[in-house]
Amino acid sequence: MKPGPTGWEVVIGLETHAQLSTVSKIFSGAPTAFGAAPNSQACGVDIALPGVLPVLNRGAVERAIRFGLAIGATINRRSVFARKNYFYPDLPKGYQISQYEAPIVQGGALVIPTAAGAKTVRITRAHLEEDAGKSLHEDFHGMTGIDLNRAGTPLLEIVSEPDLRSAEEAVAYARALHALVRWIDVCDGNMQEGSFRCDANVSVRPLGETRLGTRCEIKNLNSFRFLERAIEYEARRQIELLEGGAAVVQETRLYDPERDQTRSMRSKEDAHDYRYFPDPDLPPLVLSEQWIEAVGAALPELPQAKRERYQRELGLPAQDAVTLTQSRELAEYFEAALAAATPAAVPAKTVANWVMGELSARLNEAGTDANRSPVGPAALARLLGRIQDRTISGKIAKEVFDAMWAGEGEADAIIERRGLRQISDQAALEAVVEAVLAANPRSIGEFHAGKEKAFNALVGQVMKATGGKANPQQVNELLRRKLAR
Amino acid sequence: MISGASLTELRAALDARRVSSVELARAFLARIDRLGAQLNAFITVDPERTLAQARAADERIARGAAGPLTGIPVAHKDIFCARGWRTTCASRMLADFVSPYDARVIEAFDEAGAVVLGKTNMDEFAMGSSSENSHFGPVRNPWDPACVAGGSSGGSAAAVAARLAPCATGTDTGGSVRQPAALCGVAGIKPTYGLVSRYGMVAFASSLDQGGVFARYARDLALLLNVIVGFDPRDSTSLERPREDYARELERPLSGLRIGLPREYFGPGMDGDVREAVEAALAALRRLGAVTVEIGLPNSRLAVPAYYVIAPAEASSNLARFDGVRYGYRAADYEDLTDMYCKTRAQGFGPEVRRRILVGTYVLSHGYYDAYYLQAQRVRRLIAQDFASAFRECDLIVGPTSPTVAFAIGAKTTDPVTMYLSDIYTIAANLAGLPAMSIPCGFGRGGLPVGLQAVGPYFSEARLLNLAHQYQGVTDWHLRAPRGFEPERPE
Repeated sequence: MKPGPTGWEVVIGLETHAQLSTVSKIFSGAPTAFGAAPNSQACGVDIALPGVLPVLNRGAVERAIRFGLAIGATINRRSVFARKNYFYPDLPKGYQISQYEAPIVQGGALVIPTAAGAKTVRITRAHLEEDAGKSLHEDFHGMTGIDLNRAGTPLLEIVSEPDLRSAEEAVAYARALHALVRWIDVCDGNMQEGSFRCDANVSVRPLGETRLGTRCEIKNLNSFRFLERAIEYEARRQIELLEGGAAVVQETRLYDPERDQTRSMRSKEDAHDYRYFPDPDLPPLVLSEQWIEAVGAALPELPQAKRERYQRELGLPAQDAVTLTQSRELAEYFEAALAAATPAAVPAKTVANWVMGELSARLNEAGTDANRSPVGPAALARLLGRIQDRTISGKIAKEVFDAMWAGEGEADAIIERRGLRQISDQAALEAVVEAVLAANPRSIGEFHAGKEKAFNALVGQVMKATGGKANPQQVNELLRRKLAR
Repeated sequence: MISGASLTELRAALDARRVSSVELARAFLARIDRLGAQLNAFITVDPERTLAQARAADERIARGAAGPLTGIPVAHKDIFCARGWRTTCASRMLADFVSPYDARVIEAFDEAGAVVLGKTNMDEFAMGSSSENSHFGPVRNPWDPACVAGGSSGGSAAAVAARLAPCATGTDTGGSVRQPAALCGVAGIKPTYGLVSRYGMVAFASSLDQGGVFARYARDLALLLNVIVGFDPRDSTSLERPREDYARELERPLSGLRIGLPREYFGPGMDGDVREAVEAALAALRRLGAVTVEIGLPNSRLAVPAYYVIAPAEASSNLARFDGVRYGYRAADYEDLTDMYCKTRAQGFGPEVRRRILVGTYVLSHGYYDAYYLQAQRVRRLIAQDFASAFRECDLIVGPTSPTVAFAIGAKTTDPVTMYLSDIYTIAANLAGLPAMSIPCGFGRGGLPVGLQAVGPYFSEARLLNLAHQYQGVTDWHLRAPRGFEPERPE
């Protein structure tokens, strides 16, 4: 489905739930590992036995601080946990512990790449809360199974301002956020396991209108593709409603990927009164300056800073800077390779091209990260050094890289073993060129008749005769000279 | 002799091997068996479990490894989760719930070597002032079985008064230790909020709930506080403080002690017999060297209304977990999920609990939250400020624990507001988180006991017990036993 007719503006804000990568739950000592047998990772606190009490996990707080600092937000020195009350079988206490009026992270922004260049998306807030369990409606013959393993898993709910204007922008924001939370090690980003999921608030308004239209919230979008398609469908649905003279009703909707459409889940009238109030079991969360400073000091260089530095210091194009910073692993690989290749005077652009090209293609094929590449950054740098000192051509280098990837060893060893060293010996090349000319009189004729293609054919013949090892520049010069006679 | 002894005497007797823990346990179990039914003070007794613990205590004493309470029997309010024991909270909802874990208070008693006699009756989920709101029937007052024992920890207070146990645990959210202590003629103390871990104590109103203890002697209360007070990392509101010996000030003379008498507590509303007993106690304290000064707690009239917003608000949320899904009572027949919730909770909770859940849900609702809940929190701060100001003029505040002596069973059950006013003097200490106690100070109408309440600044438990001990040194109210419940004569 394509975006709706022109004349309308789509306004989107995202609420993202990032599962924090702590070993234990946010208010209990039970493990958070995914995929265990149902109810095997839920302790008394998680199943809400009478008399149990929550104890806040410091690791979850630390991750929230890290995220807040990474987006340049205000870290509230005092934040408050509140109870969100509602009944549901997979919510053991009958309330969810969340943060309501005073979240730990307030403000901040995320810079995202868009077709029209970098765009700043404002973040409203990010707060700590616990996840609920899972209701399993299949396999129980008219009954519902309850798995409380997920109950109490720490979440950071990240709420954006309604700054996004298209499904593509929403996806770019979600991708940038996904990359960031993984970059700073607060969330594993595994969308299949539900570690990173989005709710989208979508409204539309006539172009030029400044007031917001009535919004609908689409729940639980757990892939970038679903996010994009759900927003596109929803925007078109709302535009069609308005163009048909009808009104949009504020409601919560669900996206059905099979039908590729959203459908109503509950209207505003059915909305719960959650009866939020401060949780009397948990004192306000007060953060010390030293802790915040220590967390800040341990933050890695962030993607946006890296992008700016790559452009400013390395002269890389903006697109390269974005590509190289898609993951922290890739950026760190690039920087390590660059550092190792610099003494050999390999240009940054060459390193970037290889990391974005050969390496990334191989990594994608293998479905692995740069930090697990069989060709390490230093090994790649030595290979690039051999292009730089003209031992091999760029084309041969790709063959060497493939051999390295296959585990055949270091670049130099492969070059020697396979005899890939470039032929730059003038006399040797002259002999080959003369032999090729003698064998191809027709090409010579065509060349003199003005066909440039014939020249390329002759170069190809020389390269073929040398097994691709001839220095291409020398071959060119020699041929021109001989043909000119 | 045994059933009338203090903990100190029992300790000495056990250590000197004049009596064994098993003998002690048997003696109290026999009294419970013989006299307990008429009071309905216990919900669960389990003699085998008790005797097994007693045998272990005797072994520990024989090894020379006795702790402060090793071999000493205790009765626990049925609000504390105790592994292997039914923990009912006097509710149909938990009538068959056997806890898989121990509350911190239970652990502390176990570590000290105490022997559990049973779980005591109470108001359902600690909601009440008479121990009539129990799925297991009302507790009766040993001084007059037609009267209530007070509540919510009525079973514990009645058990100690009737010498069915030398000491017992309770919880105090708005007076639930002090008021039944007063009505049953025993001593009870609720320490500063945060000193006793709430871990494993079934929550009623988390910001007000505090564990406490009953005994007849002030010194016994000190020994018991030494056992149950302590930091617990499993309770985020637990306070981390250096250990203290709550008996250290018992012998201090009261000379120079400034006792504040809140004029608001001595106005109309207090029955004449209560006033007489309290005035006599004040005279005794003055004779001991204390000076009394009139003080003001100007916002005290707001304490009951603020409490009946905050406590139900927290309760409505705390009791949401009793939904029939994972444990506890579930209605037998239902149409769908909502119907299951409605029937389970309508059938599983008694009327007072349902009333408070409804009130609490209402005051937290959208549009009412500011007017009720936030307003009540403001009142709460004012009340705490009142106390802070008062404690600049006095060391402890003393007055009646309850405006009346024990009332007849059924007398107030139809009018919740009248019932709520039973706690008019006790609630403010919970709202402020202050330590408070009640000690017997005489008898009023119908020969029913009167309690004297003392409230102190934060962490002043040792001073409160000092007052109690000195007072008990010149009075014998705490030694009187209800008719029919006198301790056995020495053989």
